[in-house]
Amino acid sequence: MNTEIIKATINGTPVEVPAGTKILEAARKVHIKIPTLCKHQDLLPSGGCGLCIVRVKGSPKMFRACTTPLENGMDITTHDAEIVETRKTVLELILSNHPDECLTCGRNTNCELQRLSAEFGIRDDKIKRYVPDLPKDASTGSIIIDARKCIKCGRCVQVCQEIQNVWALSFLHRGINTKMAPCGDISLAESPCIRCGQCAAHCPTGAIVEKDDVPAVWDALHNPEKFCTVQIAPAVRVSLGEEFGLPPGTDLTKKIYAALRRLGFKAIFDSNFSADLTIMEEASEFVDRFTKNPSSLPLVTSCCPSWTDFMEKMHPDFIDHFSSAKSPQQMMGAMVKTYFAQKNNIDPAKIFQLSIMPCTAKKFELERCKEMKSSGYPDVDCSITTREFARMIKQSGIDFDSIPEEKADSILGEHSGAGVIFGTTGGVMEAALRTAYNVITGKNLEKEAIDIQSVRGLDGVKEATIGVGNFNVRVAVAHGLANVEYILDKVREAKQQGKESPYHFIEVMACPGGCIGGGGQPYGVTDNLRQKRMAGIYQCDRNCPVRCSHDNPEIKKIYADFLGSPRSEKAHELLHTHYQSRPIYQR
Amino acid sequence: MTPSELNQLRDSLKAAHKNVKKCLHVCVGSGCLSSKSETFIPAIQKEIQAQGLKEYTVKGVGCRGLCAAGPLVSSEPDGTLYHEVTEADVKGIVENLNGIKNNEKVYNTDTPFFKKQKKIVLENAGEIDPCSIDEYICADGYTALTKVLTSMNPQQVIDTISTSGLRGRGGAGFPTGRKWGMMAKSVSKDGKKFVVCNGDEGDPGAFMDRSMMEADPHRILEGMIIAGYAVGSDQGFVYVRAEYPLAVKRFQLAIEKAREKNLLGKNILGSSFSFDIEIRLGAGAFVCGEETALIASIEGKRGSPSPRPPFPTTSGIWGKPTMINNVETFANVAPIINRGGDWFASIGTDKSKGTKVFALTGHVTNSGLIEVPMGTTLREIVFDIGGGCLNGKKFKAVQTGGPSGGFITEKDLDTPISYENLQNLGSIMGSGGMVVLDEDDCMVDITRFYLRFCVDESCGKCAPCRIGGYQLLQILENILRGRGTPEDLPQLKQICHAMQKASLCGLGQTAPNPVLSTMKNFEDEYKAYIEGGVKYARQKSKGKS
Repeated sequence: MNTEIIKATINGTPVEVPAGTKILEAARKVHIKIPTLCKHQDLLPSGGCGLCIVRVKGSPKMFRACTTPLENGMDITTHDAEIVETRKTVLELILSNHPDECLTCGRNTNCELQRLSAEFGIRDDKIKRYVPDLPKDASTGSIIIDARKCIKCGRCVQVCQEIQNVWALSFLHRGINTKMAPCGDISLAESPCIRCGQCAAHCPTGAIVEKDDVPAVWDALHNPEKFCTVQIAPAVRVSLGEEFGLPPGTDLTKKIYAALRRLGFKAIFDSNFSADLTIMEEASEFVDRFTKNPSSLPLVTSCCPSWTDFMEKMHPDFIDHFSSAKSPQQMMGAMVKTYFAQKNNIDPAKIFQLSIMPCTAKKFELERCKEMKSSGYPDVDCSITTREFARMIKQSGIDFDSIPEEKADSILGEHSGAGVIFGTTGGVMEAALRTAYNVITGKNLEKEAIDIQSVRGLDGVKEATIGVGNFNVRVAVAHGLANVEYILDKVREAKQQGKESPYHFIEVMACPGGCIGGGGQPYGVTDNLRQKRMAGIYQCDRNCPVRCSHDNPEIKKIYADFLGSPRSEKAHELLHTHYQSRPIYQR
Repeated sequence: MTPSELNQLRDSLKAAHKNVKKCLHVCVGSGCLSSKSETFIPAIQKEIQAQGLKEYTVKGVGCRGLCAAGPLVSSEPDGTLYHEVTEADVKGIVENLNGIKNNEKVYNTDTPFFKKQKKIVLENAGEIDPCSIDEYICADGYTALTKVLTSMNPQQVIDTISTSGLRGRGGAGFPTGRKWGMMAKSVSKDGKKFVVCNGDEGDPGAFMDRSMMEADPHRILEGMIIAGYAVGSDQGFVYVRAEYPLAVKRFQLAIEKAREKNLLGKNILGSSFSFDIEIRLGAGAFVCGEETALIASIEGKRGSPSPRPPFPTTSGIWGKPTMINNVETFANVAPIINRGGDWFASIGTDKSKGTKVFALTGHVTNSGLIEVPMGTTLREIVFDIGGGCLNGKKFKAVQTGGPSGGFITEKDLDTPISYENLQNLGSIMGSGGMVVLDEDDCMVDITRFYLRFCVDESCGKCAPCRIGGYQLLQILENILRGRGTPEDLPQLKQICHAMQKASLCGLGQTAPNPVLSTMKNFEDEYKAYIEGGVKYARQKSKGKS
């Protein structure tokens, strides 16, 4: 650890920062914002856009604030006539290579380039516009790349390669022809892309956005033949408020139920319920392996579709370790079109099931294999992201700020605190452990112990040992797929040496922070924002009278009425799936 | 092999060399090879046999510079030079070995082209067979390495280089001794450090590095090995562009031969010092000559630059300290070690020491490769060595420094060449490209040529270079089509300025230099296009309006 303190001045104000701090961050400490289009707090600086140039006294050159570390005695000017003029010219150059389509762009009013160009007061196109004619890539059905709008900041490539270790996106060609695309200029669907949407979440412009499925939802709602049902994911309730100017982490569960009812949904369910159902199945699977077949450990969670896709492509040797339990989204769909349909005497063919997810990969999960139609119909018909949902509310004229709270529908609406924490990294592990503890010991975790702190937080890899009765359960949690390798390699190493697995249970979520940082969440994600959303999730958990999935009365009822017991034949038919090795490249 | 065994070998090679009465040197550099010069060697051998001249022999040698008059054959030691040789001339040349009878192809070497040059790095070019390590050893090759390994510690080597005043020949002119000193102090956790020879020469019209690699590869190897010893590295890389197949081939051969003789590899010459070299091929991107892009390329990544700091000497290839020097810089090392830092410092100007190799091209009579002491004036180079403009045309400007450089006009021709002087004239030393332009050359058109090169070679990473260069080119194209407007000129300047200040690497920061340089010196030519159209401008640029 370098604890040296650097002393310098920025615009005449003294500043002290730890050695290694870049000028950009040091300036923020003294309340100066230096514009940038390529630097993102999640990513190492690349120096691409050229907007953050500053002057260091004594040097004729200008320096990039994002990459230059502050040095002792530096006298820095961040804004003067020449610097601002140069930045403006660079911005004009970027605009000259960007389509003039703000009004019809997916990022209209929420675009970093648009905001900067407004701030700089750019009023005319002095430099002749050149925008290459490049086709959109909509091949994944989850995210759409419009390469014309790309400003080559490189964030998507960095997040795809360095944070997610997927390497679907890379820089192709050079000079003015440089573009972001999968290696070999194949389509995104043919690439290793896992549809996590982190590229879209980090894109400063409208070059990568989610596929807009809102029109399909309206069609269903306006179709009198359809019985429209909906589920909302855990992480959506704590982030949606950002789209309406509310603080991140605000729990809007009941306002969302109310809005959904006014949008015309006839039955409103909560993925928290199906998360409880997932835990019942997954915890049972874990306890079974743990007590009867320890050599089949570790068990690996599988509710993140980007993670399962990644595993099938990159780590197929782990297929046997994957929990066969479906994700909450798919379990809910299967229950709506079987149990709910039968109970209410509705033709499942007429049921439209929408899921509102923090995720772009959930669109892809709908059709990932035949078990996604276990009810005989697509279990879920359509999946939209938090961002799309916010647009629907705005389109509908609902005054979201003032709408009174309402309840979800029974029987697929009630949930435990364990269900809601699915929305954050460590949450699935914690929820499963709460139930596994009960199955093994016959008791619930006591008061504070129910908050399993050792699996919480934003560390990329979290390892912990949890006492469960007479046993010690060794667990590992990873988020951001680049962190997975470390855990999997440790398991592989032990296997090769004939040793016991270092972990019994592993949780992986593809996106940094888990679903709260999902690729379909409101823009502007940083660790600070993730922490606020995460705090919101844990507050929801604490607010729940029931904290464990197995104590959810509606869960008990659905097993009593319909499923029998966890991993019964019926549960297997409707709630479980399989995995298979898939080629990394589809071409 | 031990140092004394190497000395013995050298002595015996020298003794054998004395037995050869005369030797015909056939240039087998890329330039002469393009005229099939390699076929002369067997033809000459045959002819020597046919004429029964037993004490005479023939060999291929590296480029001796006068490429415009190639293919070249010389007779040594008398130095008779034959130019524009064809296979039909072989008989006459061999007959001349016994006294000149056929004068037709003999080239007059009593000219400034030869007299005004001073050869240090090119001293073996045209003299030895680049494919023979014995020839290099015989020409006192690897004596510097022996000296270093037997009688100098690393600090003494660095001190000698510092004393010499040698500066980086890649263009920026950073003091080599200081770079070596920084590298020597640089700490690597696992002790791994890398020495890299940058042979990614790419300036249009430049072929200095290529010629050196083709003509005398062992000299560069020796410089690298000495550098490795001085800075504490055991691994070197030679980064050469794949478009230089002959240089790669000769370099690879040199590496293998040096390994055979224990001049590379473990415990070099029986010392405790180990060092080996691998070749890495560039895929043809100009920007890979930039240090950080070159590092990325060696690592197998896309060759685009990254911001400095960290500097390569702190964190380079795979995060290890890495020292990158240009081909010509390394080629200067052995002579400096052999003859001393003070000797080298006695050549050149106050701040620019030694000699510089230039590729003299364009509309100049004696185009080719030259080496002159720093401080030689541009006029001496263009008019004495270069013989002035082709076909007696009037001189207009000389472009130095490649696409990052600028144009120097008649009024500044008496400037002695040094890093600082060229910079003060709005140009740069660069790696040594020098293109002469005459009265018929349109400066806006020439500017477009250089700019287009930079636009094509922009890696695309940073916006100012990627888009700025492209937009500059569009404006120039427009002006050249006679569709320019008076607003174009301030806009050109505005974009140039932004590129200089905000581009990530040297390529983007200097790409506007040709534009700014011609706008300063030849603004009237731009205005002629804008005000009078293409025809008018063309006439005016030729001084005929």
